[in-house]
Amino acid sequence: MSMELTDKPVITQKDRYVKTQETDHSKTLFGFWAYLMTDCVLFASLFAVFAVLRNNTNGGPGGSELFDLPFVLTETIILLISSFVCGMVLLAAQRRARNYVLAALAIVFLLGLAFIALELTEFTHLVHEGNSWRRSGFLSAFFTLVGTHGLHITVGLLWIMVMMAQIMRKGLIDPVLRRLSLFAMFWHFLDVVWIFIFSLVYLLGSMQ
Amino acid sequence: MSEKTEKLPQSASESRVKLSSYIAGFTLSLALTLAAYVIVSQNAYGKKGIIVAVATLAITQFIVQMLFFMHLGHESGPRWKLLALIFMTGVVFIIVVGSLWIMDHLDYNMMSPKDMQEYMDSQDSL
Repeated sequence: MSMELTDKPVITQKDRYVKTQETDHSKTLFGFWAYLMTDCVLFASLFAVFAVLRNNTNGGPGGSELFDLPFVLTETIILLISSFVCGMVLLAAQRRARNYVLAALAIVFLLGLAFIALELTEFTHLVHEGNSWRRSGFLSAFFTLVGTHGLHITVGLLWIMVMMAQIMRKGLIDPVLRRLSLFAMFWHFLDVVWIFIFSLVYLLGSMQ
Repeated sequence: MSEKTEKLPQSASESRVKLSSYIAGFTLSLALTLAAYVIVSQNAYGKKGIIVAVATLAITQFIVQMLFFMHLGHESGPRWKLLALIFMTGVVFIIVVGSLWIMDHLDYNMMSPKDMQEYMDSQDSL
């Protein structure tokens, strides 16, 4: 430190600037983390509703008749891979490798899109068979819980598009990097929520 | 890039993230997901056993992703993120377990006479 001070005083000034930036950064990250925690509470409420209504099928079909486990496993693995690639986005951003960041973001986008497409396929299939959210309390709770997660993923997809546009226009400047890491947190969080939807709603719900 | 000579703040996340962390997290998560899937599709254990196993695997995967994807272990200083997470877990526990507890009691206490008769018969047969 003292070496730098004697060599180039300008850099220490910059360091100090960078340091304040960094602390602001960590505050933003913590603020977003706090939002994610409250979002967890939203999902917990929906999980609680689903758990309470899981047997209220009103004479309609239950999870064991409706859920196609290999299909849902595919969705799960797609989302897990996208979460992993999202980590690659951050790694590329650390190296300031703009094109790698864009490529990785595009892959995350496509995987997210594939996930949403599969989910919508499942939903339309259910509705066409007459098992929509109107059928029973169980299905209302199911569509609300899984649909809320899907809505979050859709918002994430919009966010990716905005981030890609910003990177192309502004480059990897500090505010863009900050938003990228917020997005990464969001995306990892959605995968964490999906673990519980996959395990508790689909896997345990498909048992008699 | 000219930027390279400057001392840039380490990317947005608080500490340097590593590829090995993501690979470990991904491999473990995939293994845990497949394990839960196989346990349910084999249907070899009792119902209670499957529920406990799947819930344990889900919580393990939650911890794995928090550590390897969200880098919760790398937090320095006062661990506010961890604290917020623990608080959230408490709230979630109260909401989910509390709802189930209350609603099950309500279900039991508001049985119609016919349901009550059926319930008592089912208890007799045990």
